[in-house]
Amino acid sequence: MSLEVKKMAIIYIDHKAYEVTPGKNVLETCLTLGFNLPYFCWHPAMGSVGACRQCAIKLFKDEDDTRGRLVMSCMEMVKDNMYLSIDDPTAKAFRAQVIEWLMTNHPHDCAVCDEGGACHLQDMTVMTGHTYRRFNYPKRSYKNQYLGPFINHEMNRCIQCYRCVRFYKDYAGGKDLDVFAAHNHVYFGRAEDGILENEFSGNLAEICPTGVFTDRTLKAHYTRKWDMTTAPSICQHCSLGCNIIAGERYGELRQITSRFNGEVNGYFLCDRGRFGYEFVNSTNRVQQPLIRSKSSDATDKQSLYHYLKNILATDKIIGIASPRASLEANFALRKLVGKENFYQGIPEMEALLMRCILYILNTGHVHSSSLKEMESADVVLILGEDPTNAAPLMALAIRQAVRREPIQKGEMYIAHPTQTKLDELASNAAHLSPDEIARLGYAIANALNKNAPLPENLNANTLKLAKRIARILKKATKPLIISGTSLGSESIIKAAANVAFALSTDDKKASLSFIVPECNSMGLAMMKAPSLMHAKETIENGKANTIIVLENDLYRRSAKKEIDTLFNLCKEVIVLDHLHNETTGKASVLIPVATFAEAEGTMVNNEGRAQRFFQVFSPKNENFRESWRWLDEFRQFKDGINPEELKVPDDLMTEMVASMPQFKGAEAVTPDADFRMFGQKIPREPHRYSGRTAMLANINVSEPKPHEDSISALSFTMEGYKGMPPAPLIPFFWAPGWNSVQSINKYQEEVGGSLRGGDPGKRLFPKMPVLEKIFMNHIPPVFSPLPGEWQILSLPQIFGTEELSIYTPGVAERAPKPYIAINKKDAKSLNIIENESLQVQIQDQNYTLPVRIKKELPDGLAGIPYNIPGMCGIGWPAKGTLKKGKT
Amino acid sequence: MERPLTQHINFNRTSLNLKDYVSVGGYQAVHKALKSMAPQDVTKMVQEADLKGRGGAGFNTGMKWSFVPMNEVGQIKYLIANADEMEPGTFKDRMLLEGNPHQLIEGMIVSAFAIQANISYVFLRWAYKKAAWLIEHAIAEAYAAGYLGKNILGSRFNLEMHLHTGIGRYMCGEETALLNALEGKRATPRAKPPFPQVSGLFGKPTIVNNVETLSNIPHIINNGPDWFKALSLTSDAGTKLYGISGKVNKPGLWELPMGTTIRELIEEHAGGMKKGFKFRGALPGGASTDFLVEEHLDVKMDYKSVSAAGSRLGTGTMIILDDHTCPVGFVHNLEHFFAQESCGWCTPCREGLPWTERILLSIENGEGRMEDLDLLEMHTHHLGPGNTFCALAPGAMEPLQSGLKYFREDFEKHINEKKCPWR
Repeated sequence: MSLEVKKMAIIYIDHKAYEVTPGKNVLETCLTLGFNLPYFCWHPAMGSVGACRQCAIKLFKDEDDTRGRLVMSCMEMVKDNMYLSIDDPTAKAFRAQVIEWLMTNHPHDCAVCDEGGACHLQDMTVMTGHTYRRFNYPKRSYKNQYLGPFINHEMNRCIQCYRCVRFYKDYAGGKDLDVFAAHNHVYFGRAEDGILENEFSGNLAEICPTGVFTDRTLKAHYTRKWDMTTAPSICQHCSLGCNIIAGERYGELRQITSRFNGEVNGYFLCDRGRFGYEFVNSTNRVQQPLIRSKSSDATDKQSLYHYLKNILATDKIIGIASPRASLEANFALRKLVGKENFYQGIPEMEALLMRCILYILNTGHVHSSSLKEMESADVVLILGEDPTNAAPLMALAIRQAVRREPIQKGEMYIAHPTQTKLDELASNAAHLSPDEIARLGYAIANALNKNAPLPENLNANTLKLAKRIARILKKATKPLIISGTSLGSESIIKAAANVAFALSTDDKKASLSFIVPECNSMGLAMMKAPSLMHAKETIENGKANTIIVLENDLYRRSAKKEIDTLFNLCKEVIVLDHLHNETTGKASVLIPVATFAEAEGTMVNNEGRAQRFFQVFSPKNENFRESWRWLDEFRQFKDGINPEELKVPDDLMTEMVASMPQFKGAEAVTPDADFRMFGQKIPREPHRYSGRTAMLANINVSEPKPHEDSISALSFTMEGYKGMPPAPLIPFFWAPGWNSVQSINKYQEEVGGSLRGGDPGKRLFPKMPVLEKIFMNHIPPVFSPLPGEWQILSLPQIFGTEELSIYTPGVAERAPKPYIAINKKDAKSLNIIENESLQVQIQDQNYTLPVRIKKELPDGLAGIPYNIPGMCGIGWPAKGTLKKGKT
Repeated sequence: MERPLTQHINFNRTSLNLKDYVSVGGYQAVHKALKSMAPQDVTKMVQEADLKGRGGAGFNTGMKWSFVPMNEVGQIKYLIANADEMEPGTFKDRMLLEGNPHQLIEGMIVSAFAIQANISYVFLRWAYKKAAWLIEHAIAEAYAAGYLGKNILGSRFNLEMHLHTGIGRYMCGEETALLNALEGKRATPRAKPPFPQVSGLFGKPTIVNNVETLSNIPHIINNGPDWFKALSLTSDAGTKLYGISGKVNKPGLWELPMGTTIRELIEEHAGGMKKGFKFRGALPGGASTDFLVEEHLDVKMDYKSVSAAGSRLGTGTMIILDDHTCPVGFVHNLEHFFAQESCGWCTPCREGLPWTERILLSIENGEGRMEDLDLLEMHTHHLGPGNTFCALAPGAMEPLQSGLKYFREDFEKHINEKKCPWR
């Protein structure tokens, strides 16, 4: 495509002509052409700074120039008729010399370094051919710092490429990592020991070309990259669906790294996503099936089948689906219980918001933006969301759109009840009540298009701000509106839609992005089932007597009393989940299931992108089976068929698309299970995987047959196709000479661009308008607090809100303790100061919470951290009463 | 012989205050330029005068100004006086700063007018405490007299001026590192392009000129380009502040016509070598210039001639090496300075300079090996211009490479005798 529109440039490298894209730097061009040119400080996402001098090549004036001059390829832009030499002896000698300089102080401790085997410095050292050390003076050494639970610090290994501070400070907006001192004593770290505060600190482990910053959670159960079994997977910890590579050794999940996807997460992950994996290894896993009515001890599979056979045949069963289970699992449940007995396991309020979001995105009048697209937005409007906490990587993408260094790019306007981290980049951050945010949104839409309804009794400030924002939006070429479900407000979502509708024209659609609660919230919503409230009604009305709960702790969804009532009315409560929780505690039949790492499945992210994750390893515990496998087996019992090895995810998806055409495309996001490259499967283990014959020798000296994978094109071995697999099936990044994560270069069509063959995933929403564009009208009245009553706000927390990641000790350490936030004025009226206790009553539930003063909060609003341990099970929207005192 | 820059400087009395300065014709150039000249004409006049940058690089000042965009109304621009004099052996700007601060301020006003900059800074070396005090007072006087501030002399030209004192890093003498430091960032140099003339301080068009350069401006405006060119003995225009340090009878600083020979400087102005000391060589323009030796004594101290002799005029302040001083120790001392002043941004400078320093120290201590000389040679090649991010390391290599060339037997003697022959 780009070939047709862009005029190509011809450059000559070592006398050979190449047709290349102009406007790129020479380094990335050489890498795209397949040359192995070493580099350190350049990074495709962060650009060139010319500090390391490693990528030096010769540039000649013209064809006849034989002397040329040394230039840094990252600092030169490709021009037509450029004469270059990579092999020039001076250039080669200089590159080898740069490595020798860098290695003068490097500790050469590869054998005990976590980076070893996946180290860019190792790769580049080998590449330049530096072998013999001529510097025979003492090395300088540094004191390391404690940087918190996620990142380990080993400064002696530093080669001063400055990537860490450029990522942490410039790219991610961090404040507490910097470069100190000067000359050959520069130090990269914090002013003093302490936890790295930034939400994206984990990327330092991948950004750092050597072992200065490494994954501390990996250190606790360390394995070399080449010894890990890895698979392409999808992050489970928010709705963005970032692509990850998950690695296993000895039946334990060891590490999560970013799996480059040019459209989604690019090179990066947030700390919740990177470090939230430890629940897979938790001792709290449900280990064996349990039939509580028969025995408090675990049972076996046969007894379970036997027991379930009767229930499935005779009981009136309803199924409760889950926004954190895959499409396959949810669909298998739907098939088992029947379409009419299938319910979403989310409260009615959330279901309503999701219906509303789906309707808007399905009109075809707005463009559901990818994270990549967000980076190039020129005006961003955020209505009622705190992306840093609710969908962290979205905040990182927006940062790139608006950050001020080196030149100011886009503009951003934020309306949220509390301060958010992105406020620092906003042209205006208004701290308003949810209702006022909606009214502001409606007013903006009205200022853009008079057909959109205008709220009555608008206050002058809101109107003025609305007009200002509308004026900026009107001028924007790539406006982006962000909203979501976090504040539980239908009005805000509809107001955001109106703004996007008002900006959209037939040939140019405005971008609109909704943050939704969980990793498969969007996929579940697309199944269009009634909510938990309706499930409860069905049970209460006696229309059903048994409930199957799929991967869902209902006590996080609704008030405890209501869920208790629901379960008490059931004859049997059959629960499938991987971790013990309050719901599994109520199960009469409890069935252990596989986590994402032990299962394959498909999910739909907030953008509407269907993406497949693959099984990383087959667990030692044979009970850890995929939910869809259990459920499809139960269906066969019920239908009187004997269980047999059955459906693969591909079949389930095909069937699902047939019965629910809204998922069309989701079945084709990855090559199917029969796919082979030259007749071979794609190995999950690198060819250097070690110890295969020995690692289980303590159990049996005969090497066991590797587990076979019948459900995907991947294999659990090191044998198989050694070349480059199709993008959705990349289990690890590796290329000859490139053992580190920098080998991603080799997997991209153009360095820094899409993966070869296109980035994985398929957007399911319509591209063209399919419904009439009708402005929404759900304008709330002016918010006026009632005396003695507070509107309770749910404030998402990057660490704490998400159910599974909290099992990682480091995440739990970073999670806030329960608190209640009110403004100064309200605190004064309650005669209370910061940290004093408040008696809070929300829906019959009493909490004693310390007060946090957030001076920006509007009157009558009280914020609590959303769904953190100890604060779950509140029905939203919520109101509460606040009283001073402990009892 | 005219000495426009130093004619009113007399260290036997206090430096010129505003009244003194005006009484000897000070601020006439401001009157002339702001009232009767167009900004572009000022630039043209300076360009015609062929005033070359006195900080060391020797670029035509008027030409540098001419790159500043002039047609955008309301564009913020900056003028900065680089008074961060930290080149070892160099003390010429100090004389101008302490002797006649108003001359600098006048030069800055006219220069700012030429590029239509409304904000100016004096970036002063931290250690120049006396100069800081004097400049601060001079700026206050100039504000009070209406030479700074809004609508200067009714010309509608506004200029504010601020004094900024650095924290003492050699790196800040590099103009882009100076800009970073002024912005409150680390003093690391910036990539060029964009050049500061287009995108400098806070991303706005900025001119950074040396103190001596700016001090010349009022005289060029008052007397014209032809007068300025006629001051010189050679094709490089103007006078030059020349200095000599080392074992001479009268080390000092003199304003002389551009193109005065090294021999004249040493023998006439510095009173010749001290008794018992022999001239072995000199760094003609500060620590970051190549040695010149006896055969070069008749070289004229101007940009072209010194360059033709294999060195650089640099700051024009000479350090003399005598026969009682060890050349290895001399060079080691310089490399120690440069290694310490490396900002740590690019690899060759950050890692290469300390390595040369270690080698020189071991040779000086009698622990050197012959292959160390190859390593030193290697560094002089690989730390050349273009290979490093800025000019610091190439400058550091100049005394080393010429030292190896002219004093090689002294290096070898250290290695063979396993000691320093001077100790």
